[in-house]
Amino acid sequence: MNLLAFDWALLIEKLVLIAIIITISLVVAMYATYGERKVAAWMQDRVGPNRAGPFGILQPLADGMKLFFKEEIIPNSSNKFLFILGPCLAMLTAMMTSAIIPWGSELRIGDRVISLQIADINIGILYVFGVVSMGVYGIMIGGWASNNKFSLMAALRGASQVISYELAMGISLIALLMLTGSLSLKTITEQQMAPGHYWNVLYQPLGFLIFFVCALAECNRAPFDLSEAESELNMGYHQEYSSMKLGFFLFSEYINMFISSVIMATLFFGGYDIPFIDESKYNPNLMAWLGVGALMVKALIFIFVFMWIRWTLPRFRYDQLMNLGWKALIPLALINMVITAVVILKYFN
Amino acid sequence: MGILQFLFWLLSAVALTGAIMVLASKNPVHSVLWLIVVFFAISGHYVLLNAQFLAVVNLIVYAGAIMVLFLFVIMLMNLNTVIETRKNLWMKAAGIISGGILFLIMISVVRSSADMVSRTAQLKEGSIGLIETLGKVLFTQYVVPFEISSVLFLSAMVGAVVIGKKD
Repeated sequence: MNLLAFDWALLIEKLVLIAIIITISLVVAMYATYGERKVAAWMQDRVGPNRAGPFGILQPLADGMKLFFKEEIIPNSSNKFLFILGPCLAMLTAMMTSAIIPWGSELRIGDRVISLQIADINIGILYVFGVVSMGVYGIMIGGWASNNKFSLMAALRGASQVISYELAMGISLIALLMLTGSLSLKTITEQQMAPGHYWNVLYQPLGFLIFFVCALAECNRAPFDLSEAESELNMGYHQEYSSMKLGFFLFSEYINMFISSVIMATLFFGGYDIPFIDESKYNPNLMAWLGVGALMVKALIFIFVFMWIRWTLPRFRYDQLMNLGWKALIPLALINMVITAVVILKYFN
Repeated sequence: MGILQFLFWLLSAVALTGAIMVLASKNPVHSVLWLIVVFFAISGHYVLLNAQFLAVVNLIVYAGAIMVLFLFVIMLMNLNTVIETRKNLWMKAAGIISGGILFLIMISVVRSSADMVSRTAQLKEGSIGLIETLGKVLFTQYVVPFEISSVLFLSAMVGAVVIGKKD
């Protein structure tokens, strides 16, 4: 019976890993909505959600239930298939990036070594860019298929914003890649863990700053949430959506936020590295779990910063957004790249 | 049938279905989306050949950038209403015949080329498509064409800015 001679054990291992990672991303995103409301309330001196369960901890469940039971409305003049495809694509592209993130080192169960990463591919970061550039389609298709001029305008805004900021993001990463010499996220993490080597943020502070601003823009988060500027565009690209399709759009934003936090932690803040501890001296299984915990803590800190910025800064005007992207961030990233190249050529060669 | 063969047939089927649907669907937006499916399938083939860099660049450049611009244009030109362009039968027949002949020529070239005869594709091995090899080749053996093409890109960018600028 070698009709389907797959390596079933590997396939099942990876499937289980994928299921676990997607579940975790969903749960984190779910509680990020709760966290966002609590953070907002805290900053505005309010209480925030506190009715469902102790401290309102069941609020995300209640919100999800509400969205599921809402009436499903598909506008008559819309393109039905694309109207449904839009939120699905938004969700799919938000999830796909998690495949190449090293969530931890290795687990040893018996004599089987399980890597806590779905795929350690040679071109890790480029894959992230590929998926991010796909992320435009969810917004664009959703906005266009609604057949509503506000949605279309918001979708075009969102798409051009994502395309513009992708450039600065890529250039800021090139400087980092010159240092690491590898595109694989696993290698980048391991380099930062090596003794005598510090986290990349110390070598690339400007690069990190540019990357962070661009990540805010790529996630369509405030102050760059131009595609859902309610004062100009009613509700933005999801104007015509209702029920869980709306939920998917909103939810994918939180998943994107979580994933980009994890990527920033991995690239610039050592990934699953626990600061000031040499992991190789302790029990590897224990350290693997603690490493996952460390990565999660770093990611949660980033998510908090995202929220902090949202509830502190007002929204940009559209021309300001484009000026910042093209006239400030791209030149800065280029300067950063040239300086890094010169330093590497002069001192580390 | 190992997993590689299975994936090969699956990706081929997806690519061919997508390509046919690009031509067959009446709504231009659907055509663009099917074309993106084709690009995904082709990238999958690149991955099978261990050309990971080519695979992902194909996705970033074609599916991620060029197709987005196509979508922009189609959405703004409002081609939503299906326009039935009626071509006469002779035109259709001529198109089918000339396309078919081109197809035959390509098949015969591939089948009889000295580089191809009695060779099989190397799946999952070889480093020719990896970013390191590619970078080294580009900056040593092909450095002059590479730099010239970058000048070409720059002039295209300047041209685009000039055209896009009002008055």
